Amino acid sequence: MTDASIDARTLHSAEAAGASIGDFVALMKPRVMSLVVFTALTGIVLAPEPMHPVLAAISLLCIAVGAGASGALNMWYDADIDALMQRTAARPIPRGRVTPDEALTFGTVLAIGAVGTLGVLVNWAAAALLAFTILFYVLVYTMWLKRKTPQNIVIGGAAGAFPPMVGWAAATGSVSLESILLFLIIFMWTPPHFWALALYRARDYERAGVPMLPVVAGPDETRKQIVIYAALLVPLALLPAFMDLGGALYALVAIVLGAMFLARALNVYNVREGREADRAAKQLFGFSILYLFGLFAALLIERTAGLLAA
Amino acid sequence: MQNGEERERERRRRMRSIAIALALAGLVILFYVATLVRLGGNVMNRPL
Repeated sequence: MTDASIDARTLHSAEAAGASIGDFVALMKPRVMSLVVFTALTGIVLAPEPMHPVLAAISLLCIAVGAGASGALNMWYDADIDALMQRTAARPIPRGRVTPDEALTFGTVLAIGAVGTLGVLVNWAAAALLAFTILFYVLVYTMWLKRKTPQNIVIGGAAGAFPPMVGWAAATGSVSLESILLFLIIFMWTPPHFWALALYRARDYERAGVPMLPVVAGPDETRKQIVIYAALLVPLALLPAFMDLGGALYALVAIVLGAMFLARALNVYNVREGREADRAAKQLFGFSILYLFGLFAALLIERTAGLLAA
Repeated sequence: MQNGEERERERRRRMRSIAIALALAGLVILFYVATLVRLGGNVMNRPL
């Protein structure tokens, strides 16, 4: 996990100043958390059984805290490689603001608290799914796959795809085909999203010894895989329009944004040299976030509008 | 310098303690409200 030098450095400087509240907030990866909350909210709203607003808010809080716990435990385990990468070097542990032990304790308490609260106050099916999500992210992705295989984010991406299923389970107490479809959309979206980032951050990952696809198989193979996943994702993302999850607005958004997503993926495939190649990858990475947000926002707006009209 | 660092450490420790206290108080309120919501009108519905 962490080498002795990092431990000594973090311990010394964290003891010198002590961690602020902001450092603990940063441990929870608030930006990731916001997408998790948004997709989980969509799962709750789309579920066929209406949920009391207070219980829905509690569910979202628990899912958000569970995601935060996963982030803290990930930063605890990955502190050694985070220190080596430009993108992550400013995280609280490499900066010496929080000690690894503090992050471990913080993450564990939050994880147990979030799962226990969701189970006691909402239902244990959702709590079990949330527990599985946290364990999958920490044990399967962070500790096992991330440093072992270029398929790390393909399989590990499942952890980020579970939140709408957890939200759905919070409302209904079960898993269904529709919630699995929401899971699959995020699952298929994750590889092109992360590989676009990995293309222009390949040196970072190489330095840290993380076997991301561009490091192990090269940028050309990564570009090919991005196009394959994008070509599978875009039609898959149309399915909710045929499954009573989304309607005409969703279909329109999925087609327009899907075409734009494919165009950007093809651009990454075609432009392979120099700054233009980096720019193409950055464009795809940025747009991929907008794409997922757009799909779930369309589902959310359409269902909310339908509920209000009824 | 040492005093400044000491003061800063004290301040951060106090902020952390306040945050933990607020989180615990929030949890108490959360469980109270959720209990009310889950019981609903059924709290009056019991055989005499």
